[in-house]
Amino acid sequence: MTETATPTIAPTPPASCPQQAEHAQTPALSIEGVNHAYGARRALIDVSFAVAPASFTALLGLNGAGKSTLFSLVTRLFGIQRGHISIFGHDIGAAPSEALRLLGVVFQPRTLDLDLSVRQNLLYHAALHGIARREADARSREVLARIALSDRAGSKVRDLSGGQMRRLEIARALLHRPRLLLLDEATVGLDVKARADILRHVRDLVSEQGIGVLWATHLFDEILATDDLVVLHEGRVLARGEVARVVADAGAVDVNGAFATLTVATERSRSAAP
Amino acid sequence: MSVTTAGPAQSGFSFGEYLTCLNGIVWREALRFLHQRERFVSALVRPLVWLFIFAAGFRQVLGISIIPPYETYILYEVYIAPGLMAMIQLFNGMQSSLSMVYDREMGNMRTLLVSPLPRWYLLFCKLLAGTAVSLLQVYAFLLIAWFWDIAPPPIGYLTVLPALVLSGLMLGALGMLISSGIKQLENFAGVMNFVIFPMFFASSALYPLWRVQEGSPMLYYVCDFNPFTHAVELVRFALYGKMNWVSLAVVVGCTLVFMIGAIYAYDPSRGFSRRGPAGGET
Repeated sequence: MTETATPTIAPTPPASCPQQAEHAQTPALSIEGVNHAYGARRALIDVSFAVAPASFTALLGLNGAGKSTLFSLVTRLFGIQRGHISIFGHDIGAAPSEALRLLGVVFQPRTLDLDLSVRQNLLYHAALHGIARREADARSREVLARIALSDRAGSKVRDLSGGQMRRLEIARALLHRPRLLLLDEATVGLDVKARADILRHVRDLVSEQGIGVLWATHLFDEILATDDLVVLHEGRVLARGEVARVVADAGAVDVNGAFATLTVATERSRSAAP
Repeated sequence: MSVTTAGPAQSGFSFGEYLTCLNGIVWREALRFLHQRERFVSALVRPLVWLFIFAAGFRQVLGISIIPPYETYILYEVYIAPGLMAMIQLFNGMQSSLSMVYDREMGNMRTLLVSPLPRWYLLFCKLLAGTAVSLLQVYAFLLIAWFWDIAPPPIGYLTVLPALVLSGLMLGALGMLISSGIKQLENFAGVMNFVIFPMFFASSALYPLWRVQEGSPMLYYVCDFNPFTHAVELVRFALYGKMNWVSLAVVVGCTLVFMIGAIYAYDPSRGFSRRGPAGGET
Protein backbone atom coordinates (compact mmCIF):
# COMPACT_ATOMS: atom_id res chain seq x y z
CA MET A 1 0.00 0.00 0.00
CA THR A 2 1.33 3.39 -0.93
CA GLU A 3 1.12 5.76 1.99
CA THR A 4 2.70 9.17 2.25
CA ALA A 5 3.37 11.08 5.43
CA THR A 6 0.71 12.89 7.44
CA PRO A 7 0.16 16.34 5.90
CA THR A 8 2.08 19.19 7.42
CA ILE A 9 0.09 21.77 9.32
CA ALA A 10 -0.75 24.67 7.08
CA PRO A 11 0.06 28.25 8.08
CA THR A 12 -2.62 29.81 10.25
CA PRO A 13 -3.68 33.40 10.84
CA PRO A 14 -1.59 35.12 13.51
CA ALA A 15 -2.72 34.21 17.00
CA SER A 16 -3.51 36.99 19.40
CA CYS A 17 -2.58 35.18 22.63
CA PRO A 18 -0.40 32.23 23.67
CA GLN A 19 -3.48 30.10 24.38
CA GLN A 20 -4.77 30.71 20.86
CA ALA A 21 -1.35 30.07 19.38
CA GLU A 22 -1.24 26.68 21.08
CA HIS A 23 -4.76 26.07 19.79
CA ALA A 24 -3.69 26.88 16.26
CA GLN A 25 -0.81 24.37 16.32
CA THR A 26 -3.02 21.45 17.36
CA PRO A 27 -4.50 19.51 14.42
CA ALA A 28 -8.08 20.52 13.74
CA LEU A 29 -8.96 16.85 13.42
CA SER A 30 -6.83 13.91 14.43
CA ILE A 31 -7.88 10.35 13.61
CA GLU A 32 -5.65 7.58 14.94
CA GLY A 33 -6.03 3.85 14.36
CA VAL A 34 -9.81 3.94 14.00
CA ASN A 35 -11.59 0.67 13.30
CA HIS A 36 -15.34 0.15 12.95
CA ALA A 37 -17.44 -2.88 12.08
CA TYR A 38 -21.14 -3.55 11.56
CA GLY A 39 -21.32 -7.07 12.89
CA ALA A 40 -18.87 -9.09 10.82
CA ARG A 41 -18.52 -6.42 8.12
CA ARG A 42 -15.52 -4.17 8.67
CA ALA A 43 -16.31 -0.64 7.51
CA LEU A 44 -13.09 1.06 8.64
CA ILE A 45 -9.73 -0.59 9.08
CA ASP A 46 -6.95 1.17 11.00
CA VAL A 47 -7.78 4.62 9.63
CA SER A 48 -5.35 7.41 10.60
CA PHE A 49 -4.91 10.93 9.26
CA ALA A 50 -5.04 14.54 10.39
CA VAL A 51 -6.62 17.74 9.15
CA ALA A 52 -4.66 20.93 9.77
CA PRO A 53 -6.34 24.15 10.87
CA ALA A 54 -7.08 26.52 7.98
CA SER A 55 -6.64 23.79 5.41
CA PHE A 56 -8.84 22.07 2.84
CA THR A 57 -8.55 18.30 3.03
CA ALA A 58 -10.40 16.18 0.49
CA LEU A 59 -11.49 12.73 1.62
CA LEU A 60 -11.73 10.84 -1.65
CA GLY A 61 -13.50 7.51 -1.88
CA LEU A 62 -16.08 5.66 -3.89
CA ASN A 63 -19.53 4.89 -2.53
CA GLY A 64 -19.03 2.28 0.17
CA ALA A 65 -15.52 3.40 1.05
CA GLY A 66 -16.51 4.23 4.64
CA LYS A 67 -16.69 8.03 4.45
CA SER A 68 -20.10 8.37 6.10
CA THR A 69 -19.19 5.88 8.82
CA LEU A 70 -16.12 7.97 9.56
CA PHE A 71 -18.25 11.11 9.73
CA SER A 72 -20.66 9.39 12.11
CA LEU A 73 -17.74 8.53 14.38
CA VAL A 74 -16.29 12.06 14.29
CA THR A 75 -19.70 13.55 15.11
CA ARG A 76 -20.29 10.96 17.86
CA LEU A 77 -23.39 9.54 16.26
CA PHE A 78 -21.62 6.21 16.55
CA GLY A 79 -19.39 5.15 19.41
CA ILE A 80 -15.73 4.53 18.64
CA GLN A 81 -14.99 0.82 18.78
CA ARG A 82 -11.20 1.15 18.46
CA GLY A 83 -8.85 4.09 17.99
CA HIS A 84 -8.96 7.77 18.91
CA ILE A 85 -10.54 10.84 17.37
CA SER A 86 -9.87 14.33 18.65
CA ILE A 87 -10.89 17.81 17.53
CA PHE A 88 -8.34 20.48 18.40
CA GLY A 89 -6.96 18.10 21.00
CA HIS A 90 -10.33 17.31 22.60
CA ASP A 91 -10.98 13.58 22.53
CA ILE A 92 -14.46 12.98 21.10
CA GLY A 93 -15.08 10.09 23.50
CA ALA A 94 -13.66 11.65 26.68
CA ALA A 95 -14.65 15.30 26.13
CA PRO A 96 -17.50 15.25 23.58
CA SER A 97 -18.95 18.65 24.52
CA GLU A 98 -15.64 20.50 24.09
CA ALA A 99 -14.98 18.69 20.80
CA LEU A 100 -18.47 19.19 19.34
CA ARG A 101 -18.46 22.90 20.19
CA LEU A 102 -15.63 23.33 17.67
CA LEU A 103 -17.26 21.23 14.97
CA GLY A 104 -19.68 22.16 12.19
CA VAL A 105 -21.06 19.39 10.02
CA VAL A 106 -23.04 18.99 6.81
CA PHE A 107 -24.25 15.42 6.43
CA GLN A 108 -24.85 13.64 3.16
CA PRO A 109 -28.66 13.42 3.64
CA ARG A 110 -30.51 16.68 4.20
CA THR A 111 -31.02 17.32 7.89
CA LEU A 112 -33.12 20.49 7.69
CA ASP A 113 -36.65 20.56 9.04
CA LEU A 114 -38.66 21.05 5.87
CA ASP A 115 -41.75 22.36 7.68
CA LEU A 116 -39.91 25.14 9.47
CA SER A 117 -38.79 28.35 7.82
CA VAL A 118 -35.18 29.12 6.89
CA ARG A 119 -34.84 31.42 9.91
CA GLN A 120 -36.53 28.96 12.28
CA ASN A 121 -34.09 26.22 11.24
CA LEU A 122 -31.17 28.50 12.06
CA LEU A 123 -32.63 29.55 15.40
CA TYR A 124 -33.26 25.92 16.35
CA HIS A 125 -29.65 25.05 15.60
CA ALA A 126 -28.45 28.06 17.59
CA ALA A 127 -30.56 26.97 20.58
CA LEU A 128 -29.02 23.51 20.44
CA HIS A 129 -25.65 25.20 20.91
CA GLY A 130 -26.92 27.35 23.78
CA ILE A 131 -26.76 30.59 21.78
CA ALA A 132 -29.18 33.15 23.25
CA ARG A 133 -32.04 34.36 21.07
CA ARG A 134 -30.79 37.91 20.43
CA GLU A 135 -27.32 36.71 19.46
CA ALA A 136 -28.85 33.90 17.37
CA ASP A 137 -31.00 36.44 15.52
CA ALA A 138 -27.98 38.58 14.71
CA ARG A 139 -25.90 35.62 13.54
CA SER A 140 -28.80 34.28 11.45
CA ARG A 141 -29.11 37.58 9.62
CA GLU A 142 -25.34 37.62 9.08
CA VAL A 143 -25.11 34.10 7.63
CA LEU A 144 -28.23 34.52 5.50
CA ALA A 145 -26.74 37.66 3.99
CA ARG A 146 -23.51 35.78 3.31
CA ILE A 147 -25.28 33.01 1.40
CA ALA A 148 -27.65 35.46 -0.33
CA LEU A 149 -30.78 34.03 1.25
CA SER A 150 -31.89 37.04 3.32
CA ASP A 151 -34.99 37.46 1.20
CA ARG A 152 -35.98 33.83 1.86
CA ALA A 153 -35.65 33.97 5.65
CA GLY A 154 -39.40 33.47 6.15
CA SER A 155 -39.81 30.82 3.45
CA LYS A 156 -40.40 27.21 4.34
CA VAL A 157 -37.30 25.14 3.67
CA ARG A 158 -39.27 22.73 1.46
CA ASP A 159 -39.77 25.65 -1.00
CA LEU A 160 -35.99 26.10 -1.53
CA SER A 161 -34.01 24.60 -4.39
CA GLY A 162 -31.47 21.84 -3.73
CA GLY A 163 -28.56 24.28 -4.02
CA GLN A 164 -30.21 26.76 -1.63
CA MET A 165 -30.81 23.99 0.91
CA ARG A 166 -27.17 22.99 0.78
CA ARG A 167 -26.04 26.59 1.21
CA LEU A 168 -28.41 26.89 4.14
CA GLU A 169 -26.99 23.73 5.70
CA ILE A 170 -23.48 25.10 5.39
CA ALA A 171 -24.60 28.43 6.88
CA ARG A 172 -26.28 26.56 9.72
CA ALA A 173 -23.14 24.54 10.36
CA LEU A 174 -21.19 27.81 10.72
CA LEU A 175 -23.71 29.53 12.99
CA HIS A 176 -21.96 28.53 16.21
CA ARG A 177 -18.58 29.58 14.71
CA PRO A 178 -16.82 26.22 14.57
CA ARG A 179 -13.10 25.84 13.78
CA LEU A 180 -13.55 22.60 11.85
CA LEU A 181 -16.14 21.94 9.16
CA LEU A 182 -17.02 18.47 7.88
CA LEU A 183 -18.95 18.11 4.64
CA ASP A 184 -20.08 14.70 3.47
CA GLU A 185 -20.78 14.62 -0.29
CA ALA A 186 -22.20 18.14 0.00
CA THR A 187 -22.63 18.63 -3.74
CA VAL A 188 -24.39 15.38 -4.60
CA GLY A 189 -27.50 15.93 -6.69
CA LEU A 190 -26.71 19.57 -7.52
CA ASP A 191 -26.25 21.14 -10.93
CA VAL A 192 -22.82 22.28 -12.13
CA LYS A 193 -23.27 25.91 -11.14
CA ALA A 194 -24.61 25.13 -7.65
CA ARG A 195 -21.70 22.70 -7.12
CA ALA A 196 -19.16 25.31 -8.14
CA ASP A 197 -20.79 27.97 -5.92
CA ILE A 198 -20.76 25.75 -2.86
CA LEU A 199 -17.19 24.60 -3.41
CA ARG A 200 -16.01 28.20 -3.84
CA HIS A 201 -17.90 29.27 -0.71
CA VAL A 202 -16.26 26.52 1.36
CA ARG A 203 -12.78 27.32 0.00
CA ASP A 204 -13.37 30.97 0.92
CA LEU A 205 -14.11 29.87 4.48
CA VAL A 206 -10.67 28.29 4.66
CA SER A 207 -8.80 31.30 3.32
CA GLU A 208 -10.86 34.06 4.95
CA GLN A 209 -11.88 32.54 8.28
CA GLY A 210 -9.12 30.01 8.88
CA ILE A 211 -11.53 27.11 9.22
CA GLY A 212 -10.22 23.57 8.74
CA VAL A 213 -12.35 21.68 6.21
CA LEU A 214 -12.72 17.96 5.61
CA TRP A 215 -14.54 17.55 2.30
CA ALA A 216 -15.71 14.00 1.56
CA THR A 217 -16.31 13.38 -2.12
CA HIS A 218 -16.13 10.83 -4.89
CA LEU A 219 -15.74 13.52 -7.58
CA PHE A 220 -12.16 14.05 -8.76
CA ASP A 221 -12.85 17.48 -10.28
CA GLU A 222 -13.61 18.93 -6.84
CA ILE A 223 -9.99 18.47 -5.74
CA LEU A 224 -7.26 21.03 -6.43
CA ALA A 225 -3.54 20.35 -6.65
CA THR A 226 -2.93 22.50 -3.56
CA ASP A 227 -5.36 20.55 -1.35
CA ASP A 228 -4.48 17.88 1.14
CA LEU A 229 -5.84 14.52 0.11
CA VAL A 230 -6.86 11.33 1.92
CA VAL A 231 -7.74 8.37 -0.30
CA LEU A 232 -10.13 5.97 1.42
CA HIS A 233 -10.96 2.68 -0.25
CA GLU A 234 -12.92 -0.21 1.23
CA GLY A 235 -12.36 1.15 4.71
CA ARG A 236 -8.59 1.66 4.42
CA VAL A 237 -6.51 4.78 3.88
CA LEU A 238 -4.48 4.13 0.73
CA ALA A 239 -2.69 7.48 0.60
CA ARG A 240 -2.58 10.81 2.36
CA GLY A 241 -0.70 14.05 1.87
CA GLU A 242 -0.65 16.95 -0.55
CA VAL A 243 -2.37 16.13 -3.81
CA ALA A 244 0.75 16.73 -5.91
CA ARG A 245 2.74 14.39 -3.70
CA VAL A 246 0.11 11.64 -3.71
CA VAL A 247 -0.10 11.86 -7.50
CA ALA A 248 3.68 11.77 -7.88
CA ASP A 249 4.08 8.84 -5.45
CA ALA A 250 1.47 6.89 -7.41
CA GLY A 251 3.33 7.60 -10.67
CA ALA A 252 0.24 9.19 -12.16
CA VAL A 253 -0.43 12.50 -13.89
CA ASP A 254 -3.59 13.49 -12.04
CA VAL A 255 -5.82 12.55 -9.11
CA ASN A 256 -7.97 10.34 -11.29
CA GLY A 257 -4.96 8.35 -12.41
CA ALA A 258 -3.51 8.18 -8.91
CA PHE A 259 -6.79 6.86 -7.53
CA ALA A 260 -7.00 4.20 -10.23
CA THR A 261 -3.39 3.12 -9.64
CA LEU A 262 -3.81 2.94 -5.86
CA THR A 263 -7.09 1.02 -5.91
CA VAL A 264 -6.02 -1.42 -8.62
CA ALA A 265 -2.78 -2.12 -6.75
CA THR A 266 -4.72 -2.80 -3.57
CA GLU A 267 -7.15 -5.13 -5.27
CA ARG A 268 -4.30 -6.98 -7.00
CA SER A 269 -2.41 -7.46 -3.76
CA ARG A 270 -5.57 -8.74 -2.10
CA SER A 271 -6.32 -11.24 -4.85
CA ALA A 272 -2.69 -12.41 -4.79
CA ALA A 273 -2.87 -13.02 -1.04
CA PRO A 274 -3.49 -16.67 -0.03
CA MET B 1 -16.08 39.18 4.73
CA SER B 2 -15.01 39.46 8.32
CA VAL B 3 -12.68 36.92 9.81
CA THR B 4 -14.34 35.12 12.67
CA THR B 5 -12.14 33.05 14.91
CA ALA B 6 -13.22 31.15 17.94
CA GLY B 7 -10.96 30.59 20.88
CA PRO B 8 -10.33 27.29 22.57
CA ALA B 9 -13.45 25.31 23.46
CA GLN B 10 -15.02 26.20 26.79
CA SER B 11 -15.57 23.51 29.34
CA GLY B 12 -19.10 23.02 30.61
CA PHE B 13 -22.20 25.07 29.95
CA SER B 14 -23.84 27.90 31.82
CA PHE B 15 -27.38 27.68 33.20
CA GLY B 16 -28.44 30.15 30.50
CA GLU B 17 -27.12 27.86 27.76
CA TYR B 18 -29.04 24.90 29.18
CA LEU B 19 -32.18 27.03 29.36
CA THR B 20 -31.72 28.32 25.79
CA CYS B 21 -31.44 24.76 24.55
CA LEU B 22 -34.60 23.72 26.42
CA ASN B 23 -36.49 26.72 25.05
CA GLY B 24 -35.35 25.91 21.53
CA ILE B 25 -36.46 22.29 21.68
CA VAL B 26 -39.85 23.10 23.25
CA TRP B 27 -40.35 25.93 20.73
CA ARG B 28 -39.61 23.64 17.79
CA GLU B 29 -41.95 20.94 19.12
CA ALA B 30 -44.71 23.53 19.59
CA LEU B 31 -44.17 24.87 16.06
CA ARG B 32 -44.38 21.41 14.59
CA PHE B 33 -47.56 20.76 16.57
CA LEU B 34 -49.13 24.00 15.38
CA HIS B 35 -48.18 23.21 11.79
CA GLN B 36 -49.91 19.83 12.07
CA ARG B 37 -53.42 21.03 12.85
CA GLU B 38 -54.92 17.67 11.95
CA ARG B 39 -52.77 16.14 14.72
CA PHE B 40 -54.35 18.49 17.25
CA VAL B 41 -57.86 17.78 15.97
CA SER B 42 -57.37 14.02 15.94
CA ALA B 43 -55.82 14.14 19.41
CA LEU B 44 -59.05 15.74 20.63
CA VAL B 45 -61.52 13.80 18.54
CA ARG B 46 -60.31 10.42 19.83
CA PRO B 47 -61.18 10.97 23.53
CA LEU B 48 -64.29 12.93 22.65
CA VAL B 49 -65.63 10.01 20.64
CA TRP B 50 -65.09 7.80 23.68
CA LEU B 51 -66.73 10.36 25.92
CA PHE B 52 -69.74 11.22 23.83
CA ILE B 53 -70.49 7.91 22.12
CA PHE B 54 -68.89 5.05 24.01
CA ALA B 55 -69.68 6.42 27.47
CA ALA B 56 -73.25 7.27 26.50
CA GLY B 57 -73.78 3.69 25.35
CA PHE B 58 -72.14 2.08 28.35
CA ARG B 59 -73.65 4.37 30.99
CA GLN B 60 -76.53 1.98 31.54
CA VAL B 61 -74.37 -1.15 31.48
CA LEU B 62 -71.54 -0.17 33.78
CA GLY B 63 -72.67 1.07 37.16
CA ILE B 64 -69.96 2.71 39.23
CA SER B 65 -70.07 2.26 42.99
CA ILE B 66 -68.64 4.85 45.35
CA ILE B 67 -64.89 4.36 45.10
CA PRO B 68 -62.08 6.75 46.01
CA PRO B 69 -61.52 9.52 45.13
CA TYR B 70 -65.26 9.96 44.47
CA GLU B 71 -67.48 10.66 47.47
CA THR B 72 -70.80 9.92 45.82
CA TYR B 73 -72.27 8.06 42.88
CA ILE B 74 -70.98 9.40 39.61
CA LEU B 75 -71.89 9.16 35.97
CA TYR B 76 -69.83 6.84 33.82
CA GLU B 77 -68.65 9.86 31.79
CA VAL B 78 -67.19 11.35 34.93
CA TYR B 79 -65.43 8.08 35.72
CA ILE B 80 -63.72 7.71 32.34
CA ALA B 81 -62.66 11.37 31.98
CA PRO B 82 -59.28 10.87 33.80
CA GLY B 83 -58.70 7.72 31.77
CA LEU B 84 -59.27 9.68 28.58
CA MET B 85 -56.91 12.42 29.76
CA ALA B 86 -54.23 9.78 30.27
CA MET B 87 -55.15 8.28 26.91
CA ILE B 88 -54.39 11.62 25.26
CA GLN B 89 -50.97 11.53 26.88
CA LEU B 90 -50.42 7.89 25.92
CA PHE B 91 -51.13 8.63 22.27
CA ASN B 92 -49.08 11.81 22.43
CA GLY B 93 -46.12 9.91 23.91
CA MET B 94 -46.33 7.38 21.09
CA GLN B 95 -46.77 10.20 18.55
CA SER B 96 -43.56 11.75 19.88
CA SER B 97 -41.77 8.45 19.48
CA LEU B 98 -43.14 8.20 15.94
CA SER B 99 -41.79 11.66 15.24
CA MET B 100 -38.37 10.61 16.61
CA VAL B 101 -38.32 7.62 14.28
CA TYR B 102 -39.34 9.92 11.42
CA ASP B 103 -36.65 12.44 12.38
CA ARG B 104 -34.09 9.68 12.45
CA GLU B 105 -35.12 8.40 9.01
CA MET B 106 -35.19 11.93 7.57
CA GLY B 107 -31.87 12.87 9.16
CA ASN B 108 -33.23 15.63 11.44
CA MET B 109 -32.28 13.65 14.52
CA ARG B 110 -28.61 14.23 13.71
CA THR B 111 -29.07 17.95 14.21
CA LEU B 112 -30.13 17.22 17.77
CA LEU B 113 -27.57 14.55 18.53
CA VAL B 114 -24.50 16.50 17.34
CA SER B 115 -25.29 19.33 19.75
CA PRO B 116 -22.44 19.77 22.24
CA LEU B 117 -24.82 19.71 25.20
CA PRO B 118 -24.99 16.38 27.07
CA ARG B 119 -27.10 13.86 25.24
CA TRP B 120 -29.12 12.91 28.32
CA TYR B 121 -30.09 16.57 28.63
CA LEU B 122 -31.12 16.80 24.97
CA LEU B 123 -33.34 13.75 25.34
CA PHE B 124 -34.81 15.12 28.56
CA CYS B 125 -35.61 18.41 26.79
CA LYS B 126 -37.28 16.46 24.01
CA LEU B 127 -39.32 14.64 26.65
CA LEU B 128 -40.35 17.87 28.36
CA ALA B 129 -41.34 19.36 25.01
CA GLY B 130 -43.58 16.38 24.25
CA THR B 131 -45.14 16.63 27.70
CA ALA B 132 -45.84 20.34 27.23
CA VAL B 133 -47.66 19.57 23.98
CA SER B 134 -49.72 16.85 25.70
CA LEU B 135 -50.75 19.33 28.43
CA LEU B 136 -52.23 21.65 25.81
CA GLN B 137 -54.28 18.77 24.44
CA VAL B 138 -55.48 17.61 27.86
CA TYR B 139 -56.61 21.07 28.94
CA ALA B 140 -58.42 21.56 25.62
CA PHE B 141 -60.19 18.24 26.31
CA LEU B 142 -61.08 19.35 29.86
CA LEU B 143 -62.52 22.57 28.50
CA ILE B 144 -64.81 20.69 26.10
CA ALA B 145 -65.71 18.15 28.81
CA TRP B 146 -66.76 21.02 31.10
CA PHE B 147 -69.52 21.88 28.64
CA TRP B 148 -70.62 18.24 28.96
CA ASP B 149 -71.07 18.69 32.70
CA ILE B 150 -67.86 16.89 33.56
CA ALA B 151 -66.59 19.47 35.97
CA PRO B 152 -64.14 18.56 38.71
CA PRO B 153 -63.74 21.04 41.61
CA PRO B 154 -62.12 24.25 40.32
CA ILE B 155 -58.97 23.58 42.35
CA GLY B 156 -58.72 20.23 40.54
CA TYR B 157 -57.68 21.96 37.33
CA LEU B 158 -54.61 23.16 39.19
CA THR B 159 -53.85 20.10 41.34
CA VAL B 160 -54.02 17.82 38.33
CA LEU B 161 -51.21 19.72 36.58
CA PRO B 162 -48.26 18.07 38.42
CA ALA B 163 -49.90 14.66 37.95
CA LEU B 164 -50.26 15.33 34.23
CA VAL B 165 -46.63 16.41 34.00
CA LEU B 166 -45.51 13.20 35.71
CA SER B 167 -47.74 10.92 33.66
CA GLY B 168 -46.74 12.79 30.49
CA LEU B 169 -43.08 12.28 31.31
CA MET B 170 -43.60 8.59 32.00
CA LEU B 171 -45.50 7.93 28.80
CA GLY B 172 -43.15 10.13 26.77
CA ALA B 173 -40.12 8.29 28.18
CA LEU B 174 -41.76 4.99 27.27
CA GLY B 175 -42.32 6.27 23.73
CA MET B 176 -38.70 7.40 23.54
CA LEU B 177 -37.48 4.01 24.69
CA ILE B 178 -39.65 2.29 22.11
CA SER B 179 -38.46 4.65 19.34
CA SER B 180 -34.86 3.65 19.99
CA GLY B 181 -35.73 0.08 19.08
CA ILE B 182 -37.78 0.78 15.96
CA LYS B 183 -35.62 0.64 12.86
CA GLN B 184 -38.16 1.72 10.26
CA LEU B 185 -41.23 3.92 10.24
CA GLU B 186 -43.29 1.05 8.82
CA ASN B 187 -42.72 -0.96 12.00
CA PHE B 188 -44.56 1.61 14.04
CA ALA B 189 -47.97 0.00 13.37
CA GLY B 190 -46.78 -2.78 15.66
CA VAL B 191 -46.51 -0.28 18.50
CA MET B 192 -50.21 0.44 18.17
CA ASN B 193 -51.11 -3.23 18.43
CA PHE B 194 -48.59 -4.32 21.02
CA VAL B 195 -48.25 -1.27 23.25
CA ILE B 196 -51.00 1.33 23.02
CA PHE B 197 -54.09 -0.89 22.88
CA PRO B 198 -53.00 -3.45 25.51
CA MET B 199 -51.88 -0.66 27.85
CA PHE B 200 -55.12 1.23 27.45
CA PHE B 201 -57.58 -1.65 27.70
CA ALA B 202 -55.73 -3.48 30.50
CA SER B 203 -56.03 -0.50 32.81
CA SER B 204 -58.52 1.30 35.01
CA ALA B 205 -59.20 3.89 32.31
CA LEU B 206 -62.56 2.47 31.22
CA TYR B 207 -63.65 0.34 34.19
CA PRO B 208 -62.69 0.17 37.86
CA LEU B 209 -60.34 -2.65 38.76
CA TRP B 210 -62.78 -4.28 41.18
CA ARG B 211 -65.01 -4.89 38.17
CA VAL B 212 -62.13 -6.52 36.35
CA GLN B 213 -61.33 -8.65 39.41
CA GLU B 214 -64.89 -9.96 39.43
CA GLY B 215 -64.55 -11.04 35.83
CA SER B 216 -60.95 -12.31 35.76
CA PRO B 217 -58.58 -12.31 38.76
CA MET B 218 -55.66 -12.93 36.40
CA LEU B 219 -56.50 -9.88 34.28
CA TYR B 220 -56.85 -7.86 37.47
CA TYR B 221 -53.18 -8.54 38.31
CA VAL B 222 -52.16 -7.63 34.76
CA CYS B 223 -54.07 -4.33 35.07
CA ASP B 224 -52.61 -3.64 38.49
CA PHE B 225 -49.09 -4.24 37.14
CA ASN B 226 -49.70 -1.93 34.16
CA PRO B 227 -47.96 1.47 34.69
CA PHE B 228 -50.70 3.13 32.65
CA THR B 229 -53.25 2.14 35.33
CA HIS B 230 -51.20 4.09 37.86
CA ALA B 231 -50.92 7.09 35.54
CA VAL B 232 -54.72 7.06 35.25
CA GLU B 233 -55.22 6.76 39.01
CA LEU B 234 -52.66 9.48 39.74
CA VAL B 235 -54.53 11.83 37.40
CA ARG B 236 -57.94 10.74 38.75
CA PHE B 237 -57.00 11.44 42.39
CA ALA B 238 -55.21 14.70 41.56
CA LEU B 239 -58.23 15.94 39.63
CA TYR B 240 -60.14 15.85 42.92
CA GLY B 241 -57.31 17.35 44.97
CA LYS B 242 -56.23 14.00 46.44
CA MET B 243 -53.07 11.93 46.27
CA ASN B 244 -52.65 8.26 45.44
CA TRP B 245 -49.22 7.55 46.87
CA VAL B 246 -48.83 4.08 45.36
CA SER B 247 -49.57 5.42 41.89
CA LEU B 248 -47.19 8.32 42.46
CA ALA B 249 -44.38 5.93 43.40
CA VAL B 250 -45.06 3.67 40.40
CA VAL B 251 -45.22 6.58 37.93
CA VAL B 252 -42.02 8.20 39.26
CA GLY B 253 -40.22 4.84 39.30
CA CYS B 254 -41.33 3.91 35.78
CA THR B 255 -40.38 7.38 34.47
CA LEU B 256 -36.86 6.92 35.78
CA VAL B 257 -36.54 3.39 34.41
CA PHE B 258 -37.88 4.32 30.95
CA MET B 259 -35.77 7.49 30.80
CA ILE B 260 -32.57 5.72 31.79
CA GLY B 261 -33.37 3.02 29.25
CA ALA B 262 -33.88 5.62 26.50
CA ILE B 263 -30.64 7.45 27.36
CA TYR B 264 -28.81 4.13 27.33
CA ALA B 265 -30.35 3.18 23.99
CA TYR B 266 -29.42 6.51 22.38
CA ASP B 267 -25.87 6.39 23.71
CA PRO B 268 -23.55 6.38 20.67
CA SER B 269 -21.48 3.52 22.01
CA ARG B 270 -24.56 1.38 22.56
CA GLY B 271 -27.99 1.46 20.95
CA PHE B 272 -27.73 4.12 18.26
CA SER B 273 -24.45 2.88 16.86
CA ARG B 274 -25.57 -0.67 16.33
CA ARG B 275 -27.41 0.42 13.21
CA GLY B 276 -25.43 1.06 10.07
CA PRO B 277 -25.58 4.39 8.27
CA ALA B 278 -28.79 5.33 6.48
CA GLY B 279 -29.45 4.02 3.00
CA GLY B 280 -27.08 5.31 0.40
CA GLU B 281 -24.49 6.33 2.94
CA THR B 282 -21.38 4.42 3.74
